[in-house]
Amino acid sequence: MTVTVLILLLLALGAVGFFLGRARAMAASQGDMRRLHSLPNFYGWHGAIMAFLPALFFLTLWSIAQPLLIERQLAGFFPAEQFENETDRILLMADVRRVAQGIDSAVVAGALTPDQAIALNIADDDVRARLAEVGVALGSAVTAEVLQAAQSYRELASTGGLFRSIFTILIALGCLAYAIKITQADFRARNRVEAVALGMLMLASTIAILTTVGIILSMLSETIRFSTMYPFADFLFGLTWAPTFQGNSQLGLLPLLWGTFYISFVAMVVAVPTGIFTAIYLAEYASPRVRSVVKPLIEVIAGIPTVVFGLFALVTVGPFLREWIAEPTGLGTSGSSVMTAGIVIGILQVPFISSLTDDIMNAVPQSLRDGSYGLGATKSETVRQVILPAALPGIVGAILLAASRAIGETMIVTMGAGASAKLDLNPFEAMTTITVKIVSQLTGDLEFNSPETLVAFALGITLFVITLGLNVFALWVVRRYREQYE
Amino acid sequence: MDDQLMTERLVDAQDIKITARGVQVYYGEKHALKDVDVDILTNTVTAFIGPSGCGKSTFLRCLNRMNDTVAIARVEGDIRIDGEDIYDSRVDPVQLRAKVGMVFQKPNPFPKSIYDNVAYGPKIHGLARTKADLDGIVEESLRKAALWNEVKDRLKESGTGLSGGQQQRLCIARAIATGPEVLLMDEPCSALDPIATAQVEELIDELREKFSVVIVTHSMQQAARVSQKTAFFHLGNLVEYGNTSKIFTNPDDPRTESYITGRIG
Repeated sequence: MTVTVLILLLLALGAVGFFLGRARAMAASQGDMRRLHSLPNFYGWHGAIMAFLPALFFLTLWSIAQPLLIERQLAGFFPAEQFENETDRILLMADVRRVAQGIDSAVVAGALTPDQAIALNIADDDVRARLAEVGVALGSAVTAEVLQAAQSYRELASTGGLFRSIFTILIALGCLAYAIKITQADFRARNRVEAVALGMLMLASTIAILTTVGIILSMLSETIRFSTMYPFADFLFGLTWAPTFQGNSQLGLLPLLWGTFYISFVAMVVAVPTGIFTAIYLAEYASPRVRSVVKPLIEVIAGIPTVVFGLFALVTVGPFLREWIAEPTGLGTSGSSVMTAGIVIGILQVPFISSLTDDIMNAVPQSLRDGSYGLGATKSETVRQVILPAALPGIVGAILLAASRAIGETMIVTMGAGASAKLDLNPFEAMTTITVKIVSQLTGDLEFNSPETLVAFALGITLFVITLGLNVFALWVVRRYREQYE
Repeated sequence: MDDQLMTERLVDAQDIKITARGVQVYYGEKHALKDVDVDILTNTVTAFIGPSGCGKSTFLRCLNRMNDTVAIARVEGDIRIDGEDIYDSRVDPVQLRAKVGMVFQKPNPFPKSIYDNVAYGPKIHGLARTKADLDGIVEESLRKAALWNEVKDRLKESGTGLSGGQQQRLCIARAIATGPEVLLMDEPCSALDPIATAQVEELIDELREKFSVVIVTHSMQQAARVSQKTAFFHLGNLVEYGNTSKIFTNPDDPRTESYITGRIG
């Protein structure tokens, strides 16, 4: 029985548990629901949860443990010297699994009868060719040990699968029976169901945190590997970025860091004033009718995929800046430039900043506006001296959020700023950013064992640290102003 | 009562500060205020009483054109301060509001320091040439609002950190600081406890020496305690206007009597 079928079965048992639990509670109430501790549905849910959850938990554990145990069993088929290191063992076990699965799918496809499959041996059959017929491609010819191990794997897996199904169903039935047995009028089903619900809420909240931790750990381990192959100080303080795939690469971070900050700076110079002025207009000056049209229109920008913005940078903004500004002033001849990418990223961030700022300004109490107008302040004085200061923590948060998005932006930079890593002050020169280089170091067919590819992880960690620093700074600013104002 | 009558006789001799004739206010389709005529005297506390939604706050907000900030509000009629029509197109509502200060129902100090709260008005109207001038205005306003002794050592702390009663007195100090001639108070004690209310009421009585005070209140005891003149509003009409002692002891209109004895509300 496959895992899918088992889970469907468990769900069916859960449904049965729901109706049994509910029916038993109704019976126990003797027609008067007030006798029950909880509402009847809670007894139903209790039955369903008891039938489903423990069995699912067992099934998960078994599914994790089984392959590990089988691999340990199979180690006996191979001479110890083949297991000298971890990589060899993983490759060998992958071969075994592949052959085993190949034979299984050959049986399913009808190319082999079950008996023939068991009787396969390396002397009489060309196993690789037989498996190729049913669409299972193997990298190399199958050795006698691998075939033997694969046969053993199939046997163990099928026995394991059988026990797995039996135990899972037994556990489900056992727990279900127990749940029905303890369902009495004074049984506190609601408390137990709500405890499970609480557990699910907590699980959901930890998933995001655990994922973050996982990302950091995986990047960190690859970064450490990178630092064993390439001097880390050279990476951090190197002024040249020149990866070659024959070795002798120069992998200096600074040109990329410079490009990232330069482009983000230009983007924020465009986005912050535009966004905040837009928000001030929308929140304080625009009539409700104008607002109801303009606000959604601006927010449409946020929904445009960044690659479309990239196209806009490539075919419109870039050539425009080159022909009208860069070439006449002699600053450059390239359409791809810091300005192109920065301006387009800035436009992309405008709705972000304006929308958040607008919400924050609307949240400033009307009583503060009245107070200011009541003292004879004009609208602009009120905005500048009362509303903006009151909304400042939120606005700083919005700006920093936009800044971390600008720093992480990839597509527009690729298409608008080019891919040459340079340390240059001229904003009409092509430059590039950390994100673009992460992509370019990892695209193509490559192995994760050279500094040229592993540097991507070091770059990723750098980016992570920068955005983390920005967020910490944002929190600090917000807290500082909170202390002063509230 | 004799004291009260004494002050009323004094008040009757006062000059008229604000005249309102035939004032109508519409909120969209709703006719919120119908044909109101009132004379408000200098150095007098005038109380507006009446049940909720009767138009007393609406009328108060006409006196400094705060209704201008409400998009759907429309005001008709003639309101003059010192003989000058405040709805004339040449009058800038911003300057008018510097002359007619306002204190709101809920204390609404700005999220700034106590000093900056009081200095806000003088700064935007350019009333102080030097820092010393400004310091002087702030201190004087806080003294008039009976708050100086409590806050003089912490002027740099946030105004929102004060207690409710202190916040309301801060708002009064803020309104006084622009040097108004009239002070409008929209239920200034409704968010305060009895002790803070007593302090603010005492303050209102002192403010009468310098300003005309108009106060909207739901508490008839408060109206009787602090005011010399009382106007009773009902369903958008000004029912009766006269000396406070007369309104509370011998009203002309049966509706006024019903309201102050608690039969309508």
